[in-house]
Amino acid sequence: MTKPRGMFDDALLMARKDLQLERRAKIGLGQVLPFAILVLLLFAFALDPDRGVLKQATPGLFWVTVLFSAVLTLQRSFGLESEDGILEALRLTGMSPAGIYLGKVTALTLELLLLEAVLAVGVAVLYDTHFIGIPLLLVIAFTATLGIAGAGAVYGALAARLRSRETLLPLLLLPLLAPVLIAATRGCEVSLQREAMSGWPWAALLGIFALVYLTLGSFLFRPLLEDA
Amino acid sequence: MTSTKIESSSAAAPAPIGTGSRGTKVLGATALFFLVLAVAYGLFISPADSQLGNTVRIIYMHVPTVMAAYVAFLITALSSAMYLWKRTEFWDLLGSSGAEIGVLFFAVTIVDGALWGKVTWGVFWRWEPRLTTSAVLLIMYIGYLAVRAIPADPKTRATRCAIIGLVAVVNIPIVHKAVDWWRGLHQGKTVLGTIHPDMGGTQLFAMYSALIAGLLVCAWLFVHRFRAGFLAERASELGLDQALEERRLESSPAAPSSRGARDDLGGPQT
Amino acid sequence: MSALVHLRSAVALIGRFPALAGVDLDVYPGEILLLQGPNGAGKTTLLGVCAGLIGLTSGQAVVLGEDLTANPRAVRRRVGLLGHDSFLYQDLSVVENLDFWSRAAAATVQDGRAALERLGVSSRLFDLPVYSLSAGQRRRVSFAAMICRRPELWLLDEPHAGLDSSGRDLVDGLMAEASASGATVLFASHELDRAEHIAHRSVTISGGVIIADSPRATELGSEP
Repeated sequence: MTKPRGMFDDALLMARKDLQLERRAKIGLGQVLPFAILVLLLFAFALDPDRGVLKQATPGLFWVTVLFSAVLTLQRSFGLESEDGILEALRLTGMSPAGIYLGKVTALTLELLLLEAVLAVGVAVLYDTHFIGIPLLLVIAFTATLGIAGAGAVYGALAARLRSRETLLPLLLLPLLAPVLIAATRGCEVSLQREAMSGWPWAALLGIFALVYLTLGSFLFRPLLEDA
Repeated sequence: MTSTKIESSSAAAPAPIGTGSRGTKVLGATALFFLVLAVAYGLFISPADSQLGNTVRIIYMHVPTVMAAYVAFLITALSSAMYLWKRTEFWDLLGSSGAEIGVLFFAVTIVDGALWGKVTWGVFWRWEPRLTTSAVLLIMYIGYLAVRAIPADPKTRATRCAIIGLVAVVNIPIVHKAVDWWRGLHQGKTVLGTIHPDMGGTQLFAMYSALIAGLLVCAWLFVHRFRAGFLAERASELGLDQALEERRLESSPAAPSSRGARDDLGGPQT
Repeated sequence: MSALVHLRSAVALIGRFPALAGVDLDVYPGEILLLQGPNGAGKTTLLGVCAGLIGLTSGQAVVLGEDLTANPRAVRRRVGLLGHDSFLYQDLSVVENLDFWSRAAAATVQDGRAALERLGVSSRLFDLPVYSLSAGQRRRVSFAAMICRRPELWLLDEPHAGLDSSGRDLVDGLMAEASASGATVLFASHELDRAEHIAHRSVTISGGVIIADSPRATELGSEP
């Protein structure tokens, strides 16, 4: 036997495996992304591009779309872990639960960031958005996504074992992510120069949210895996 | 484990048939007393506000209910953490009672806030910080209750709820900050903004009575809800011993006699 | 000789249902023990308890020297479980699965490949996604994922199920090898004819309790 694995080794192993899965099954690319673009289109149908409402509401619509896509991605990511006895197998490996958690979060963050990048292009094209204040935008996108993945992974794992997971996960997760939505939207509005105030406090709030939930999630994942 | 509990309680006193006791009667009477005081002073004796007239009286209900809700959620939060540490049923029952009572009081807060808004502003809902935050928190804890309602063995259910309790409570200050920054710029006259620092005399007395009444009612509900949950757990444990008996009867009739432990509430004799 | 697996009055709940209703069992080092019984008797739960995956509500469980009531996690790395579920990611290929599961259990990728060979999984299947394999091939891959960890205690839930006759012979051979090299095998099976040839001892479980225990072969130990 090789030497026992540390938490970060476990995280890396989980993340690689998740990305391998995504590469093989292409759910994110093939299903979630088209869904996200579809939502952008639906908003355009509902809000009439000619009346300027769409342009004004772009940051909010973008982040709402990201949230819905995140729920789908989480369902998929944790649905896989709860099939075929995988959860029991993971418990048997003796991998550190915090490592498993961080690995899932890493993979989720990368997938969501990729999605957001493509969506940003979509928004630029469909809603005629001009991007200014790029540094702030990038920081906001990164911290918001980390927070979504960190908090989402906890509830994703919890809901995965419940039969009513499709309805429970959004019910649990979306109110929790309300401050992320508010902060990310307001921050983006500032960045696109639609607000007078500074956007960095919003980025700081997002950073705090991400830090808090990544820490909490690391501690909670053992009881989550074992007893929930 | 489970049989010890039943034995000790049956040795000490007859099994309770309700959740009332001398303690709750005293608690309830005191709560009622303060409630009467609060209603008398709040609705009748204290003067109306110079600007808002009689509508200001809603704060004598609004403030206590929101305080009680926060106290209940705080208890849920602490109990969730304690459960994950100590793993005893006490903390699980305390936490889930807190979530139910918190949801109740938050719902009342939102309703009376909406009513105040209707009377004062003509609209049931304003996107002001308190109401918005309350709405988010309410839905978060409704999620808690939804998960609690899913049938599962006690340990699993308790762990799930403890996790949700902790995850939700940690979000409360963050939601507050985000909503305050967001809606704070657009703040008009809010319900809580009507508490003047120079509120004197009977108004202050009404407020304190209402606060005490609210907390006492909250405590009274807590005790009853906790006990109801406790009795429910004991009832399902009795079901366990019977289930064990029925399970053993499934064995083939050729089972050796040492397995026929029908008069023994614990395990088989080996 | 002290028991490798020692259960006394073990009660285990699945939800609120008492799957194990007071199990007494001793399994001795190096033996191959057959666990038989009707459907719903508690075989799968018993294996789960021995693996440290299912906790006891009451009673005692000591496996590989670890007290499972205190710390069920201690024993998990040292046991191997072959269950009804495949324990494989369906969308990943055979080698991707083995690479992951071997490394997750602190074994090497080479251990994983060697296990695949041992289980007779043809190399032309290696890069195929698991969902495209037949049930029998998938079972061999699951088995390989288990043995690459070199567990001290093998817990097998109907290991012959779904395999062709060469596969079943292979399983018998693997169990014999394991026992010869010092591991202990506890397997649940309905295939009594085949099982009785390979097992040193057999116990019967029904209604969540052990109701029969065939005499121990003398070379493995004496009465407790």
